[in-house]
Order: sequence, then C-alpha cells, then structure tokens
Amino acid sequence: MYDVAIIGAGVIGSMVARELARYQLSVVVLEGAHDVAMGTTKANSAIVHAGFDAVVGTLKAKLNVAGSEAMEEVCRELGVKYQRNGSLVVAYRPQDMEKVRELYDRGQKNGVRGLEVIGQEELRKMEPAISEEAVGALYAPTGAIVCPYELNIASIGNAMDNGVELKVEYKVTSIEKKDDAYEISNGTEKVQARFVVNAAGMYADHVAAMVGDTSFSLYPRKGQYMLLDHDCVGSITHTLFNVPNELGKGILVSPTVDQNLLLGPTAENQEDREDMATTAEGLQMVQTNALKVVPSVNLRGVITAFAGLRAVGSTGDFILTSPMKGFWNAAGIESPGLSSAPAIAKYLVNGMAKQGLELVEKADFNPIRPALHDFSKMSIEEKNEMIRKNPLYGHIICRCESISEGEIVDAIRQNPPARDIDGVKRRTRAGMGRCQGGFCGPMVTEILAKEMQIPMEQVTKFGGGSYMNVGRTREEQSHEKD
Amino acid sequence: MEREIICTSCPMGCHVMVELDGEQIVKITGNTCARGERYARAEVTDPKRTITTTVALVDGGVLPIKSDAPLSKKNIDQYLKQIHEIVAERPVLIGDVLLADIDGNGVNIVATQNAF
Amino acid sequence: MRKIDLVVIGGGPAGMGAAVAAYDAGVKDILVLERDHRLGGILEQCIHNGFGLHRFKEELTGPEYAWRFEKELRAREIPFRLNTMVLDITSDRVITAMNSEEGVFQIQAGAIILAMGCRERPRGALNTAGTRPAGIYTAGTAQRFINIMGYMPGKKVVILGSGDIGLIMARRMTWEGAEVKMVLELMPYSGGLTRNIVQCLQDNDIPLLLSHTIVEVHGKERVTGVTIAQVDEKRQPMMETARFVECDTVLLSVGLLPENELTKKADVPLDRMTSGALVDQRRMTEVPGIFACGNVLHVHDLVDYVSEESEIAGRGAAAFLQAGGAKDDCHITVKPGKGVRYTLPQRICAEEETTVFFRVTDVHQAVKVVVKAGDQVLQAKKRPRVAPGEMETVKLTAKLLAEHKDQTLTIELEEA
Repeated sequence: MYDVAIIGAGVIGSMVARELARYQLSVVVLEGAHDVAMGTTKANSAIVHAGFDAVVGTLKAKLNVAGSEAMEEVCRELGVKYQRNGSLVVAYRPQDMEKVRELYDRGQKNGVRGLEVIGQEELRKMEPAISEEAVGALYAPTGAIVCPYELNIASIGNAMDNGVELKVEYKVTSIEKKDDAYEISNGTEKVQARFVVNAAGMYADHVAAMVGDTSFSLYPRKGQYMLLDHDCVGSITHTLFNVPNELGKGILVSPTVDQNLLLGPTAENQEDREDMATTAEGLQMVQTNALKVVPSVNLRGVITAFAGLRAVGSTGDFILTSPMKGFWNAAGIESPGLSSAPAIAKYLVNGMAKQGLELVEKADFNPIRPALHDFSKMSIEEKNEMIRKNPLYGHIICRCESISEGEIVDAIRQNPPARDIDGVKRRTRAGMGRCQGGFCGPMVTEILAKEMQIPMEQVTKFGGGSYMNVGRTREEQSHEKD
Repeated sequence: MEREIICTSCPMGCHVMVELDGEQIVKITGNTCARGERYARAEVTDPKRTITTTVALVDGGVLPIKSDAPLSKKNIDQYLKQIHEIVAERPVLIGDVLLADIDGNGVNIVATQNAF
Repeated sequence: MRKIDLVVIGGGPAGMGAAVAAYDAGVKDILVLERDHRLGGILEQCIHNGFGLHRFKEELTGPEYAWRFEKELRAREIPFRLNTMVLDITSDRVITAMNSEEGVFQIQAGAIILAMGCRERPRGALNTAGTRPAGIYTAGTAQRFINIMGYMPGKKVVILGSGDIGLIMARRMTWEGAEVKMVLELMPYSGGLTRNIVQCLQDNDIPLLLSHTIVEVHGKERVTGVTIAQVDEKRQPMMETARFVECDTVLLSVGLLPENELTKKADVPLDRMTSGALVDQRRMTEVPGIFACGNVLHVHDLVDYVSEESEIAGRGAAAFLQAGGAKDDCHITVKPGKGVRYTLPQRICAEEETTVFFRVTDVHQAVKVVVKAGDQVLQAKKRPRVAPGEMETVKLTAKLLAEHKDQTLTIELEEA
C-alpha cells in the first residue's frame, strides 16, 4: 500500500512526486509510456510565462504567477537550464497597441512584476532583427525560458533519488475505490494507494471517468513547431509573441535554453489524441508567420519539425479538483501549464494534506540534483579531471553537440534511467543537433544495448515497436511486433 | 529484337542499341566509341559484376570482401549465398583469399579491410 | 603549449593525402587528428568498388583506397591520434582537442589543414510532413549499420534521393535480403553516376521515379509507409498524383553538406555556394595558415579528386611554412558565370598553372566551357555532356594568368 500513487510522469506528475518526496510518504508514479516526459511535456513552447495573459481570478492566473516566481529556484536546485530572457508581446498595427495596454492592465491585476509598455524605438533597440512593421510591445522582464523535458526528467529523477518509485509502461486500465484506498490496475499488476493524483495529461478525463468523475472532458489541440540550428539565433534574445487579434494569436519566435531558435506553434483542434504528425500546411504557416516577426530568420537552418498536443479542458481553466476524498485531478493543464507546474504541485499537495495526508518532513531529503555534466561548457581543467576519473568522458559520440560516451552512460544509469534513443537524446542532447543522430544514432544504439544487456535489435527509438534495426544482416529474422 | 544498353564505361552514358537475331548480335548502334561497343556486347552476352559485401567475423563483427574480378551477373544470387557462409577469423589482411575460385574460372573472394 | 608545424584535422582520404604530400614537400613535424577509431574516414563504410579509377587505374573498394594512403602515412611514420575530437580552433591556429588517454590538450600549429569531410542532410532539412517514427535514416547511417556493425535497419525500403550513396544502398540492401521498393528523385534527372543507376537499380529491377518526392511519412512507432507524389516544374508536389507506398524504412540521400563548424570557429569566411571555405589555388583559406581540402571544402563525387586536391593543400601548407608564413597578395578572382554553380579555387595568387574545379547548374548536351575576362573570351573547350552531379575542370595556364593579373575571370557555359 502506497500513500500516494501519481498517474502520469509528465512535468506535473513529476513535480508533484518531487514535492511529496520531501515528506515521510511512500509514493509511486505510474507512467504508461516507455519513458517519462512523453506527452504534452515533450513538445511545447518551452516558455515560463510571466502571467499577464490569464483571465484575472482564474487558477491559471494565480498559479502562473506563483509558478513563474518559483521556477528559477526549482531549476537551480534541479540543475535545469533556466533563462530569464524576458518576453515581448509585439503589436504590428497601431490599433493593436490597445490590446497591449489591456494585457498590461491584466498583468498588473494578476500581480506580474516589472511590466512595461514600450514604443517602436525601444523595441528595436531590444530586438534589432524584429520586423519594421512592429510598432510597440508589452515587455515582461519576468518571462523566461526553460527546457520542459529537462525539468520533467530532473524532477522525477530527484524524486526517485529521494525514494519515490517509478513504474514505466504501466498503463492504467481501471481504478477501484476500496474502503480507505484506491486499487489501480493495468490489467496485470495492481497498485494500492490511499491518495491518487490523476496527472494523465491527454487522458486525464478517461482516468477521472474510471472513478466515475465525468465532470470535464479534454480536447487535443495540435501545435506544430520548427527548431532551427544554433547559428540561426542571431541577435534574438527575447521570446517574441504577437498581440492576439482577430487574425489569430500568431506564432512565437524564441531562443531556447540550448541556444536554438524555436518557431511555432499552430493551434489546430482535432479528435485524435495520438496524432502528432506535422502537415505541409502547418509547417508552411509556421514559416510564413515567423518571417512576419523576424524577416531575416534563416529557414535553411531548420533542424527538425515536430508537433505536440495540448490537453484543452472543457472548463477553460486548470482542473484541479477532488471529486472524492483522496482522488485529485490535475487536468486540462494547457498553457500556462509548464509555467504553473511548481505551483500546481504545491496546490495539490496542500489539497491532499487537508484531506488527511500527513506531511512529516524527511530529515534526509536532498532537493539538489546535480546537472548532468554539461561537459562542453566545462573548463579544460574540469574536463581533464572528469576524463581522468572516467576516460569515457574523453570519447565524443555526438559530434554536433559534443556529447561524450561518459555522459550517455550516465544518462542510462541515473534516475530516471534512459531506456531508448530518444530518452538518451532528451537527457544528453546526443542526436539533438544538426545531423539529428545521423552519426551518433548507430553508436548510441550500441551503447544502450551494452548497458541494458539487450540485443541490438531490441533497442528502440521510444519503446513499443519503434525498433532501430531488424537484426543481423542476412539473418532472416523478422521483427514484427503487435 | 533490339535491346537498349546504357553504357557505363564513362560518364557520357550513351544509349547503345543492340539488334539481336536470337542470341546473335546483328548490329550495334548509338555508341560513340569502341569501348561502348565492347560494353554493349558483354552486357548482352554475359554481363559481369564485381560483388562487394561483408562476411561474419568469428567474434561477431563484420569484414568487407569483394570478388577479385567480375562474376557472371546471372549467378550472383548463388555466389552471394556461398559468400555469406564464410566466417573469417582475425587477423585478416587486405587481399587475403577467403574463398578461392568461386566460379571455376579462378575468381577469388578476398578481404578488403584489415581486421587485426 | 605544444607546438607542431602542421596539424591535419581529419584522417580520411583528404587528411592522409594532405599529410603525405606535405611530408614529401619537406614538412616533417606533422600530426593527424582523427575522431574515429581508425584512419580512413567515410571510405571505411563504403565497401563497394569503383574508387581509384583515375588515380590508380583500377577499381578499389573504399577501405582498399584508404589503405593505400594509410600505408603511405605509416611508411613516413607520420604521427596520428585516433578517437580524438577537435573541439576548437582559433584564427591564430591554436587547436583544442580531446581524447580518453590525453584528456583535453592544446596545440599551437604553424599551419592547419582542415579535412573534416561532410555530412548528410537529415530529414529536418527537408520539412517532410508526417509522424516521427523509427526507421528514417540517412543512407550513410544505414550504411554504417550494415557495413560496419552488421545490422539491418529494415526490410522494406523507400529511398528518397538518387545521389550515389542512395543508389549504392539500394543494391546493398537488396543483396542483404531487403526489398527496395523504389528510389525517388525530386529533380527531373538523377544526381548519381550512370553506372550506379545501371548496376544498382536496373540490375535489381528497382524503379527510379524522377520528379517525385515524399509528401508524408506514416507510422506511429516504426515507419509503416510514405505518401509519394510527382512534382511540377517548380518542384511542388501535385497532390492528384499522390499515392501510398508501404515500407518500414525510409532512406534519405538528399545531399551532402561540408562540415564546417570548426572552420567557422576560426572565423574562416565561407562560400555560400560550396558551403566550404573560400580558398586560393593552394587551398589556403582567407585566414593565413589555415588550409582546407576534400569534402569539407566542397562536396566531391570522386575520391580521386579529393586526393588530388589534398595534395595541392599539403604542398601549399608546406610552401606556407617554408616561406615563414608570408601571405601572397592575391590578384585574380575566379567567379561562376552563366550555367555554372560554383568554381574552386575562388582566388588565384600566383602565375602557375591552375586547375579550376566547377559544377554546372543543369544537365546539358554539347556545350562549350568558356573562360572570360570581362567580355573577352580567353579560352573555350567543348564538352559533349555536363551534369550537376559530375565535377568539371578547366586548366588555366601560367601564361594566361600572367596576362590577366588583377582581373576577374568568369567560367561559364555557352552553346556549342
């Protein structure tokens, strides 16, 4: 019997897990996919919003500002790259400045610090590459960028280092309320817990329905993105939003913490909760709109295009509810969900405490998770010290991002262990660069096979049937899986 | 009957027409040099290809090999089968014969990489 | 800091050729840095034959061709380091490199020859829509899986791009028991050599669909198929021709890009057309003492030309070192004209016979290659056929160069 079972190891589930790891509780996180951070967290705008956008008085408004305020410290503890680069909501027509002032007022009411309405001249000084058409902007100095899956991985990793258990490939199929506890099942293995946190992302409404809560539903909204190479960032430092107007929300142009340039997203409502395919029209729309923001953006530097799904809730606000004692929903966590994550985690833990979860602090809780060695940024002396201890750090596997074999092996051995090619990529950036794993893919496959002691043909890109190869040459073995 | 052969003797890539009466070559046209005629003649009568592939090494790796002269194209599948049965043992040096006289005409299968 | 006269970055055919040529021209203090666990570069995975026809008058496989140069390097006892990654170079020729044994180390080089080769364009560069399943590889990645590691990337294959690596892999995978369904080429002509189209595709009954592309990738976990379509003359897909092709693997052979990240760190100016450095006839970049050769300079179709170029660079570096590092005043600029995509070298600094390499923009039958100074035609040479996939050359004599000092020479195509 666990004290708490968390369904879903996205950024919300993982931050709740880390929050609970502070206390003398037994906690298990159940993740349906092959790895953590595989849903909405994997593909979004990687923004910590300042908090001026959400409607005054909503949970979104309250938790965004609180989350944004807490984020820097959380990232510092977890060794996660965080950059308070500031954001600009840019107006391209004089009449849109009205909306800018409206956002300013709303931000003031939400308690966002440091907001400023700036004119064309100042805007051009801050962002020389911005379109000539830009007339002014709302400047939010507290706007920041963070890598969502890095934050996710570090949170669950730190939680695990402090005793939380993670079960991957555990797809919840039923939940039964028994006297004082819930019995969760995936069809083969049962897990009992006094409290349940439903952080099942795109499927949180299905999980809620398992305990009879049908008070809300979720709709997938696709966002398509393009990621550009390091040398495309140029002079751009701020996150550039458009003023939302009758022409739509436009797309953002933003540097990432790893010094790439991110363009996107589209916003397309759809039925399918799995369809993350990019479309020719979507990618065209991203490019066209990016050029409106920064006409000089180098679209030849595109490294990759991808799409993510937001879980849009039927209520319009975050759904942080407890339909019955001990069961908590964390649903409809669309934008500004990432920004709010630290505050959502605290909110849910407080909620559970009010229902009788005893929060007795652990004496040995360690909030610090050392950053995965950012080898490329170390001094020569630091590097040599590392290589002396472990020569694998001296052997570069990913040429584009300068990632060593030592870092890849670490990612496979540390919490939460990388189990596939994409898992290594998200933890180390090996394969994230301009050649997209062309050089290092076969080598990472080999390292995974060796470390996990599995045959080469069982190494996958991201679990399931996403195998990298079909076996030895000339051996007529098929690798068809259901 | 007429067959069209694209000559690969040089980058020109001439389209050479070979007129056939049964198996007899009646006329060759479209070539711009003597090499083209020779090539087309060989392609029609007994086209040959050099085989390059890998064979297994005892310890699990692979070793690239080639046939040290072109082999009849029509028997390539059979040759590949024979070659794939080879298991080489280190050390192997470039040029080492791994399978002698595969075709009865003295063509050998040789290593094309060193494996120490 | 350790000082070395000449450091060659890359131990593939270009780097080895340059090191040997520099040695023979009198430079004895040389170090070759190679990132892989053996010398030979990409040739080690190119196990097919066809290398060396120009240079050795015989058909070698890639590893055999590389071995010829490795033997030369070893005969001269030129030192090299394997498994060694160069992390940084500066314009004053300080090299920072790393390996497991020595850790991170720095070298002050008298001259540097860049010979890092090129890489393949990945899917992202194409903006192909669809899902992101496993089973999409560049042809070179598949080649490494098969020829070096002995693993098959898949069983039912569609190849996008008819460059030579794509064609070679079509045959290679067929011979390993895979079903190669088709090769698609966006352009109305193939970028590969005719012999490869005949021996890799026609021999194995693999269709080559010109003016076709992949418009969408399907499959959630592993590739399950692609939607292909014909493209119009603007290379835009015509959706009415779209159809689904079932496959578990997509190989991309859609172009090579010189790998110039280190070059950029040393502030070496690049040519937009070649994506490699701007060089003079000795292959010296605009940063004195830094030379470049092989596929890092511009993408070659034959390794024989890489070897030729590497020897020019090796001798050039030797001359630079022997002259005490002085830089010539460059006086002739070579530019591409009508029908020509790029020329190399882009500058000529001495009145010595110089071979200019160039690529054309389109396939032409019966053309004249014309060298001009302004409107004045200096020389013309007839060519029966030219194609973008095949590098062309034109020789400029010492006399011609002497007569046209301080001028711009244009290489262009005219109808014959």
